[in-house]
Amino acid sequence: MQLVLEKRTERSNTIALVSPLVAIGLTIVTMTILFAVLGKNPLLALHAYFIAPLTDSYSLQEIAVKATPLVMIAIGLALCYIANAWNIGAEGQFLIGAVAGSWIAVKTQGTDAGVWVLPAMLVLAAAAGALYALIPAICRVRFGASEILTSLMLVYVADLFLDYLVRGPWRDPNGFNFPTTAEFDSVATVPLLIEGGRLHLGSIIALLVVAAAAILLGRTIKGFEIRVVGAAPRAARFGGFNANQLIILTFAVSGALAGLAGIIEVAGPVGHLQPGISPGYGFTAIIVAFLGRLNPLGIFIAGLFLALTFIGGEQAQIAMKIPLDVTKVFQGILLFYVLACDSFILYRFKLVFPNRQVARGTG
Amino acid sequence: MRKSLLALATGLLLAGSVSAASAADKLKVGFIYLGPIGDLGWTYQHDQGRLALEKELGDKIEVTYLEKVPEGPDAERAIEQLVRAGNKLIFTTSFGYMDPTLKVAKKYPNVHFEHATGYKRNANMSTYSSKWYQGRYIQGLIAAKMSKSGVLGYIGSFPIPEVVSGINATILAAQTINPNIKVKIIWANTWFDPPKEADAAKALIDQGADVIMQHTDSPAAMQIASERGKLAFGQDSEMIKFGPKTQLTSILDTWGPYYIARVKAELDGTWKSEDTWGGLDSHMFAMAPYTNMPDDVKKIAEDAQAAITAGKLHPFKCPVIGQDGKEIECKGGANLDDGQILGMNFYVKGIDDKLPGK
Repeated sequence: MQLVLEKRTERSNTIALVSPLVAIGLTIVTMTILFAVLGKNPLLALHAYFIAPLTDSYSLQEIAVKATPLVMIAIGLALCYIANAWNIGAEGQFLIGAVAGSWIAVKTQGTDAGVWVLPAMLVLAAAAGALYALIPAICRVRFGASEILTSLMLVYVADLFLDYLVRGPWRDPNGFNFPTTAEFDSVATVPLLIEGGRLHLGSIIALLVVAAAAILLGRTIKGFEIRVVGAAPRAARFGGFNANQLIILTFAVSGALAGLAGIIEVAGPVGHLQPGISPGYGFTAIIVAFLGRLNPLGIFIAGLFLALTFIGGEQAQIAMKIPLDVTKVFQGILLFYVLACDSFILYRFKLVFPNRQVARGTG
Repeated sequence: MRKSLLALATGLLLAGSVSAASAADKLKVGFIYLGPIGDLGWTYQHDQGRLALEKELGDKIEVTYLEKVPEGPDAERAIEQLVRAGNKLIFTTSFGYMDPTLKVAKKYPNVHFEHATGYKRNANMSTYSSKWYQGRYIQGLIAAKMSKSGVLGYIGSFPIPEVVSGINATILAAQTINPNIKVKIIWANTWFDPPKEADAAKALIDQGADVIMQHTDSPAAMQIASERGKLAFGQDSEMIKFGPKTQLTSILDTWGPYYIARVKAELDGTWKSEDTWGGLDSHMFAMAPYTNMPDDVKKIAEDAQAAITAGKLHPFKCPVIGQDGKEIECKGGANLDDGQILGMNFYVKGIDDKLPGK
């Protein structure tokens, strides 16, 4: 007797609905055991992770702040991935957007430039992110270079470029040589939504992006093209859809969104340009995109959920003295279960009895 | 049955409130760490300071730490989380936490903050750091004595004043022994990245360096020097077990006494915002035992250490000549003043390299 994984003839909608719940349930069971082994009260620990952050406005704001760049980037990535274009370099596009937008902030510093500064920064950041994403897209379309590799490698180029700028030409002259620009002027800063809080306008922009992506994919011809090119390239060719054009388009859009997320992060929560402005948002967003099943609404929820595990993980570290590594293990286990359960949407277990198969083979 | 359940619930609630009360009596102290506590360097030493603090005042305080907090947008949240969890004195132990600490400090005027190695302060935010350049001066003397090739290898982290002043102090000391001493510098652009640090050490040795010094945090360079039969200095912590025949000495960050003093001040209600920049005399750092060197070199090192501790020897004694051959303005009378060292942005004469970003 043998257990094999067999592809379903069509995707199971029931499992698609149940799978995230099963995954969360399994995670909770596993973590309960782990917490118990560590000698921590599992109920209190799970409370610190999942419930406590949802019970006060401060933590809710922090979740929104953390989710904002993740959701924005992941939406763009989802468009690429649906169209079968593999942009792995959102981190680089994020950084380039941050750099391009900061250029205006740095150059207008202390000049009382006026309210046009922030909008100009946002537009320039989006444009720069898009252009930066076009490099791998064009290399793929023109020369057949793997966009996975080129987009990934351009992350390091962007990282070093930013590094050079804040250590050299853009360094704060009054900053004792430390690698950072001066704090941006208030006209170059993303406005806060709540006095004394950290929630900023970027979260609203992220919501608009989610809505726009949902409409694009669900209700427009372009969205249909993107889905067909990804799901059935041959059919798309017969339909006269231009796959290369779509690679260019989706890369540009996803680069623009990553660039926008970059400048919003720099001109918002950080307040100046420095190395390390991204704790890997561009890569975490890949997880968010898949966790949300490449669906805008799903990504919105996945982004918030992942942000919750970050905030909750921190609170568990403080409240329960749980080490950071356990938080990491927790996130890993969760992703593992989600992906494992999701594979049952397209596959199912089947018991195979070798004897009978042999019999059938000979008969 | 219902009554007993009710009683049980009341009892639990009471127990809960009692334990909450006793926890509230203790002063809550928080730490934010850049690396993992097991980095064996910078964060490890801060954590050793925390352990010393808990050992000394554990019955009066409750300590919480957050490790591996990146110096970006997450830092402000992490610090604020500690505030919201009731911590009244918070140590943020890396330079990059400066602006986030200041932001949170302005928001919570009743909480006290201590930021390591920065320069921005507030009524409720102190800074603290060590005059590591004093230790670097001693290392420079040893290095010049021990080097056969006359070439020192220096792994820099970032070209910030703390690191630049360390390089300058090293060379000024080495020149008193060997005026023609050379130094090769590699910027790792990281505080902690063992493979990168190891590569830097290999490259320096290949360029002829036979004494390796570092301003990065892991023991990787020590291990490479040990494999190649060269000599090296540890950094932040005792690294002799990674090079029993290699380590000459190491600058040991000893934060414990400072942490204990500041927490005591907080407990007594005498905490004030201060700028602490302590050297060998105030025990902010110590030198690991002088090993793997002949007695005469050991004597030179010990004498220099005693002279610096007593205030008789200043590594940046005037005249200090810059790379361009011009004398650096002497603002501190007999030596450069603290501001010049804290903002040091030039190489001294004899360093055959260009300061990045200059």
